[in-house]
Amino acid sequence: MPQAGRRDRASIILKAVLACGMACALSGCNTGILDPKGPVGAAERTILLNSTVIMLAIVIPTIIATLAFAWWYRASNTRARFRPDFVYSGQVELIVWSIPTLVILFLGGVIWIGSYELDPGKPLSQDKHLEVQVVSLDWKWLFIYPEQGVASVNQLVIPAGQPVHFSITSASVMNVFFVPELGSMIYAMNRMATNLNLQADHPGEFHGMSAMFSGDGFPDMQFKVRAVSDGDFQNWVRTAQAAGQALDRTAYTQLAKQSRNVAPTTFRGVEPHLFDAIVRQDIPPAPGPETERGGADVSPRPGG
Amino acid sequence: MTTADIAAPRQDPYHIGHGHGHGSLARGHGEGGPAPKRIIVGYGFWIFLLSDIVMFSAFFAAFAVLQGETAGGPSGKDLFDLRITAIETGCLLISSFMCGMASLAAEARRALWFHAAMAATFVFGAAFIYLEVREFWVLVEQGAGPTRSAFLSAFFTLVGCHGLHVTAGLLWLLTMMAQIFAKGFRPDILRRYLCFSLFWHALDIIWVALFTVVYLMGAGA
Amino acid sequence: MLGKLSWDAIPWHEPIPMVTSGVIVLVVLGVLAWIVIGGHLPYLWREWITSVDHKRIGVMYILLALAMLVRGFADAIMMRSQQAVAFGNDGYLPPEHYNQIFSAHGTIMIFFGAMPFVIGLMNFVIPLQLGVRDVAFPTLNSVGFWLTATGALLVNISLVVGEFARTGWLPYPPLSEATYQPGVGVDYYLWAIQISGVGTLLTGVNLVTTILKMRAPGMSYLRMPMFCWTSLASNLLIIAAFPVLTATLAMLTLDRYLGFHFFTNEAGGNMMMFMNLIWAWGHPEVYILVLPAFGVFSEVISTFSSKPLFGYRSMVVATMFICIVSFTVWLHHFFTMGAGPAVNAVFGISTSIIAVGTGVKIYNWLFTMYGGRVRFTTPMLWSLGFMITFVIGGMTGVMLAIPPADFVLHNSMFLVAHFHNVIIGGVLFAAFAGLTYWFPKAFGFTLDEWWGKAAFWFGFIGFYVTFMPLYIAGLLGMTRRLQRYDYEPWHVWMLIAAFGTAILFAGVACQVIQLVVSIRRREQLRDVTGDPWDGRSLEWATASPPPVFNFAVLPNVSADEPYWAIKQHAREQNRLRPEPEYEEIEMPRNSPTGFVCAFFATLMGFALIWHIWWLVALGFVGAYATFVVFAWRDVPEYIIPASEVARLDRENRSARKEALATYTGPM
Repeated sequence: MPQAGRRDRASIILKAVLACGMACALSGCNTGILDPKGPVGAAERTILLNSTVIMLAIVIPTIIATLAFAWWYRASNTRARFRPDFVYSGQVELIVWSIPTLVILFLGGVIWIGSYELDPGKPLSQDKHLEVQVVSLDWKWLFIYPEQGVASVNQLVIPAGQPVHFSITSASVMNVFFVPELGSMIYAMNRMATNLNLQADHPGEFHGMSAMFSGDGFPDMQFKVRAVSDGDFQNWVRTAQAAGQALDRTAYTQLAKQSRNVAPTTFRGVEPHLFDAIVRQDIPPAPGPETERGGADVSPRPGG
Repeated sequence: MTTADIAAPRQDPYHIGHGHGHGSLARGHGEGGPAPKRIIVGYGFWIFLLSDIVMFSAFFAAFAVLQGETAGGPSGKDLFDLRITAIETGCLLISSFMCGMASLAAEARRALWFHAAMAATFVFGAAFIYLEVREFWVLVEQGAGPTRSAFLSAFFTLVGCHGLHVTAGLLWLLTMMAQIFAKGFRPDILRRYLCFSLFWHALDIIWVALFTVVYLMGAGA
Repeated sequence: MLGKLSWDAIPWHEPIPMVTSGVIVLVVLGVLAWIVIGGHLPYLWREWITSVDHKRIGVMYILLALAMLVRGFADAIMMRSQQAVAFGNDGYLPPEHYNQIFSAHGTIMIFFGAMPFVIGLMNFVIPLQLGVRDVAFPTLNSVGFWLTATGALLVNISLVVGEFARTGWLPYPPLSEATYQPGVGVDYYLWAIQISGVGTLLTGVNLVTTILKMRAPGMSYLRMPMFCWTSLASNLLIIAAFPVLTATLAMLTLDRYLGFHFFTNEAGGNMMMFMNLIWAWGHPEVYILVLPAFGVFSEVISTFSSKPLFGYRSMVVATMFICIVSFTVWLHHFFTMGAGPAVNAVFGISTSIIAVGTGVKIYNWLFTMYGGRVRFTTPMLWSLGFMITFVIGGMTGVMLAIPPADFVLHNSMFLVAHFHNVIIGGVLFAAFAGLTYWFPKAFGFTLDEWWGKAAFWFGFIGFYVTFMPLYIAGLLGMTRRLQRYDYEPWHVWMLIAAFGTAILFAGVACQVIQLVVSIRRREQLRDVTGDPWDGRSLEWATASPPPVFNFAVLPNVSADEPYWAIKQHAREQNRLRPEPEYEEIEMPRNSPTGFVCAFFATLMGFALIWHIWWLVALGFVGAYATFVVFAWRDVPEYIIPASEVARLDRENRSARKEALATYTGPM
């Protein structure tokens, strides 16, 4: 039968693609969520891989059985027994319901325990942690270090080996704070401060981003994360404290206006409780596009 | 079908189109083939009403979430006048009662009674709308319009959506009266009338929930 | 006079939309000219536009869906090619356009591609499978279709006049509020979806009533074909879920138009409520699409395995189980909102529980093939492709349902790959399986198998080559909706995915060629008996295409597989059933209500988008007047004389008698 050859070829291609994906997954690409650089990401990878393996244990036999049954019971196969009245079997039904149920029971346990263990709001340890306040703006990230009195835009510097607690909010639209190599992401929302605890085990540079579409400047919501040694972190703080512009309400209001492709900078002298003022909306939410912009309300213009 | 079919359905499956499946082995409903039109129309309209109630439940949910979000503005306690709301409720209930009378008149094919009852239904419905519009007007005058706070947005939307339904119902009511007047108690028009009366009574049910959740609980909170 | 509308609204300086829309306008004008000059207009008006025949309406739904699938696929090509080239540069689409494209792609594919396809199949098939003459409310059916077409039209107008939403296919506030999106894009979205949503709701009411109240004598619930069961579940979901969508979008509309504060940043608005409400509709919507798809596969696999569906009751239970549980899972779309471990865990578990229902279905299809005689026709290939693809999609779905895993996969390309895996692998494969399977019933000739199989293989392989790389990109941390990126490891996977899109394009081309070739070869492909696949349910008991009244006499159902029982008996006895006594049949008259109503709805929608208030009033009055005029008509039905019924039925009987005489297969 001509289809036969094509079928086999297709399944080979399918397997190749799957194998490729799994090879990438298991060998650990040198980046991404499968190569975590902190305890949170590592635990999440474990759960991801465990659940995948558990499910593959039924998915692969099911795929094979589908192909095997279809092929063996092809109409032209005279050796296959035709059983048109095999339409119900209590035993088969029992198995058919119990296999998925058992797997989901098992995974349900993984879900329950995992959700508690890896709750983003749960502190990672009793050790002293660094507090970073994250504000998503159109279209850049503002990181405030309240204890150090400094802030940075589009770059996040954290000490390696020390837990970091992030308080996250948004001054305009929703975003998601996400550093794939460190683990969990959490929404940045107006009038709301969400919590996230992460840690980088060793010094390194990671890629951070917004994982929630936030408008025309969305691709600019990327930032570099630098995990540095404790000494380097103190140095960076001192440099930031000494140089640059102070971040008071005026400077913040200016910063909150829509802008794209903002180069990383630092601010000194951050106004105390600036973050709380943003969350409580003592400072009004950031404005949208300037409406004078040529025909913005009818048709978009590039570069607007 | 004959008893032979019951014993062995395959013996004579050629019965296609003969009889109406009396004594068939079929379980569940559907022995007699398609239901009569009146049942189908009423049933379909009930399902539509259910979907309408689901829509209201979304507005109720929004109201429940936003009830406390007064943004420094007035709350329900400051705004609601239960006396007016009680009169509104009375109007709507009497209107519904009159609609019931109209149904009885239609059943008895008494055109005069039917039109009188429908007119009364209209008058009380319109009175309800008048009171509601007045209430809204007073609120807006006070600076407590829907743009004042999320709570007021949700309030105006929920109550206003019910009001819009009543208004649409009034329009429909007039069309029903005109149809009965011009064409008489024809079966298809009576089926439509059945839908109208279901609609009108359903609005009462929604109002009861609204009255309780928005006004009574709001004024008491 | 014209509200916000002015010549500025047309993007004269943008070559892509101008050229595209220019070509579309020319094609449409050409077709219209051909219709008018060729004198086809009266035919079209009489037989199609004003038709209230569920079969015609079903066909029109599917035509609309096919056109919109092509439109959505064009968007997909642009997205994949943009992401393939936009590494370290801006690509060829500025964000203002790219963002419209992915928003339009999602909106069109779900609301105007998948939904009309599924609804079209249900419309066409359900009354035939139930053994009745039409749906419960034929005119309402026509209104529903034309309102859906209105929505599709409005979305496509946005290509030329103004802009489409730049917010994604679900316009999350505050981004979609007037502060951040002052343009008309979101308004196009809102009104298009509201209007077509009304149409969908009407269809839901109609089909539920049809299935619950209009079945052939003896067709008990547990004798209904599986497709009817899954359609019932799907339409129940429509009734329960679409009003939530209507309410939610109404709130957003009030925010944008009248300055309300449901979801705004100011005055106490709450954008998290939008996400909860929209997904309270959005997740059931997924099952609205995929449950009828399961029904199609059940029919196809059973027919082409020459066996009844295995574990029918188990399938019914699984279907209704999915139907109910689908309402308790919506929170998994935003685990990363920080709701707390208990809430996340509960919704994670309820989400995974759905996999039990789908798992049961997969195994039952598997055992339907066991002991069967599997014929590898095009619909069967799509079904096998589905079974393989869907278990992978289901697996990645459960992965996303595990909150800690979702914390790193949410909104990533992994998610994009997952939902394309289940929607293409589930719904679209079913759409093509259903199209090939029921096409002969609708038009009286089968589709060309060679081109159908070619379309399958390109579609199947193209799917894997396009979407497996997206899974990997997601694991590499790539988020969705990026107009450009500077991160090197993602680039190669975007290139492979773009290549996959080219393969899919070949599949689309094959599908089109298949239609053309089949129409040209229709005499060879003619289905004379009305039962080309050796079918088992009642739609195969009547002629292809069925007469307007479907069945000369309503079939009397006395077995689980009504038509199979009749046919088997005929084969054993080697004769047809005795000729029934034909009676005259009353059928609903055609009505332009739907078309006229949709015309006014289009005016009203367009006017609302552009703030042309007098036109809004005109549209509203027009729509209301249409209904009054419809209510006023005196003779809603016409009679088909018994002699005509007899003539049509005898033709089909003689073809069947001939087929029976030459039948050599198993008894």
